[in-house]
Amino acid sequence: MKRGLVIDLDTCVGCHACAVACKEWNGDSALSGPLADYEPYGAAPSGVWFNRVRHYETGVYPENKTVNVPMSCMHCEEADCVTVCPTGASYKREDGIVLVNQEQCMGCNLCTWACPYGARELDTASGTVKKCTLCADRIDDTLLPPQDRQPACVLACPAHARHFGDFDDPQSQVSQLVAERGGVTMLPELGYQPVNRYLPPRNAPKVSVMTTPDSASLMHKVSGWINKMIER
Amino acid sequence: MRPAISIVFFTVSSGAGLGLLVLMTLLSSLSAVHWSAQQQRMGGACAIVLVVAGLCASTLHLASPHRAWRAFIRVRTSWLSREAVLAVLVLPLAVLWTWPGLVSQSLHAALGAVLAVLALLLIYSTAMIYASLKPIRQWHTPLTPLVYLSAALASGGLLTVWLTQLEGASAQTGLVFVTLLALASTALSKLAYWMRAARMDGATIQDALGLKSAAQIKLLDAGHTHRTFLTDEFIFRIARAHVQTLTVMFWLAGLLLPAWLLVWFPQAALTAACSCLLGLFAERWLFFAQARHTVQLYHGATQV
Ligand code: SF4
Ligand code: SF4
Repeated sequence: MKRGLVIDLDTCVGCHACAVACKEWNGDSALSGPLADYEPYGAAPSGVWFNRVRHYETGVYPENKTVNVPMSCMHCEEADCVTVCPTGASYKREDGIVLVNQEQCMGCNLCTWACPYGARELDTASGTVKKCTLCADRIDDTLLPPQDRQPACVLACPAHARHFGDFDDPQSQVSQLVAERGGVTMLPELGYQPVNRYLPPRNAPKVSVMTTPDSASLMHKVSGWINKMIER
Repeated sequence: MRPAISIVFFTVSSGAGLGLLVLMTLLSSLSAVHWSAQQQRMGGACAIVLVVAGLCASTLHLASPHRAWRAFIRVRTSWLSREAVLAVLVLPLAVLWTWPGLVSQSLHAALGAVLAVLALLLIYSTAMIYASLKPIRQWHTPLTPLVYLSAALASGGLLTVWLTQLEGASAQTGLVFVTLLALASTALSKLAYWMRAARMDGATIQDALGLKSAAQIKLLDAGHTHRTFLTDEFIFRIARAHVQTLTVMFWLAGLLLPAWLLVWFPQAALTAACSCLLGLFAERWLFFAQARHTVQLYHGATQV
C-alpha cells in the first residue's frame, strides 16, 4: 500500500480550511499530542502546523495567475527524514505513512533538515518533532462511517481539491486523477520519491486586455505631453 | 541555515581535540615521538576536554536531552547515530591511553593506533551528518568531510606541536610538515567548496512547485503573519560585509598566521593554535549561514 494525497492546484482556492481542520483534529489526537501555539494572543502569534498553504503568482501579466499551494508531508518512498533519525523515533509504516514516535524523539532536529519540503516542525513545548500523520488515527477507525475514514484536510476542503487514497492501486481515485491530469511531484530531482501528487493548474483561455496602441500618432503624443505640462 | 552557536562550537572544538588525539597517538604508536608521562597526561587531558566540551555543547541544542541515550539505536542508517557510538567508544579509550600505567607498554601502541582510526572516523561521521543532507546543495559534497578532516588535523596538529615543546624539545620537522600540509589542505578544500557553492545549479522555484513550464513564479503570501519554525530554521540572511569579515578572519587567523608562526616562530605554537581555532569558528559559522535549504524556495527564493 502507498497511501497519500492528490492536491488539485487548479481548484484550490487557498482558503486554509485544510490547514485549520488539520490543526483542530491533530491538536486533539493522541498520535502527536497538542500542537503548540506560541503567543496565540500576543503580538507575534506562531505555532506548529502540519499543513501550510502558500500563495504564488505564476507567469507574466496578462498571462499571470494565482496558484495556491498547500503543503504537508509527502510520505516519501525514499524518506531521508527516517534514515537520518538516530533514535528510531521516525519510521515508515507498512502502508507508507511516515510517523514520529513522540515517546522516542530527542528533538535533535536533524530530520527537519533532511526534509526538502519543510514538512516537519519542532514543537518547542513538547521538545519533539511533529509532522502530518495522514490522520492515521482516523483513516483506520472502524467506528467512523466509511466516508469519514479520510484525513481531516480532505474532508474539510470546500473546493474538493484534496483526495486521499492508495497510489499502489491503479483503480483508485488518486491514481486515476494523476493519470488523467498529469499529476506531478515536487523536487523529484532529489530522489525522495514523494507520494503526494499535485495536479497542475489548467491553462485558462487567454484574457483579452486593453492595450494602448503603439502606433499612437505623433500629434497624439505631443498633445498628451503638452496637457501634462499644463497640469503642472 | 541558522547557525546554532552550540553546533558551531561543537564541530570546531571536538574537531581540534580529535585531531590532537589522532596525531598524538599516531606519533607515539609509530615511535616517532616518545611522550613523557607528563606530556601524555597533558595532551590526553586537553584532547578529552575539547571533545567533551564540544559534546556537551551539542547536547545543548537537543530539545529533549533526557532522551539522548536513544541516539545509539540507528547506527545502520544514521550518521548522527554513528557519531554518538564512536564518541562513546573514543572517550573511554582515550582515558585508558592517557593515564600512564593503565595499559601495558605493548598494548599502548596498539591502543593508540585503534584510537587514531576511531577518532578519524568520528570526525568523518560528524561531517557526513551535513554532507548527507540532499536538500542543502552546498553541503552535499565529499568536500564537506574533506574540509572537516583537514581543519581538525590542522588545529590538532598545532596543538601537538605545542605539546612536543612542553619539555623544551624543539618541534619535529615531520610533525611541522604534516601540520602545514593540513593547513594547506584546509585552504584548498575550502576554496573548492566555495567555488562549487558559487555555481548556480541548485533547484529552482519551478522545480520546487512542480510547475516546470512556468516562466516566472513569485511568492505572494507565505500564509503566516509572523515567523514560523521554518523561517527561523531555514531562512537566514547575512550582510555581505559580515561575510567578508568572517572570510578574512578565516584566511588570516585560521590559516596564514598559524602557518607563518609555525615556520618562523614554532615556539609560539599555542598562539598559533588559538588563532587557528578562532579562524575555524568563523569558517564553521559561515558553513551554516551560507547554506541554503530547499525550504527557502517555498518562501520565495528563486533558486538555491
Ligand atoms: S515529506 Fe519530508 S517528512 Fe515527509 S516523508 Fe518526505 S522527507 Fe519525510
Ligand atoms: S528530531 Fe526526533 S524524529 Fe527527528 S531525527 Fe531527531 S530524534 Fe529522530
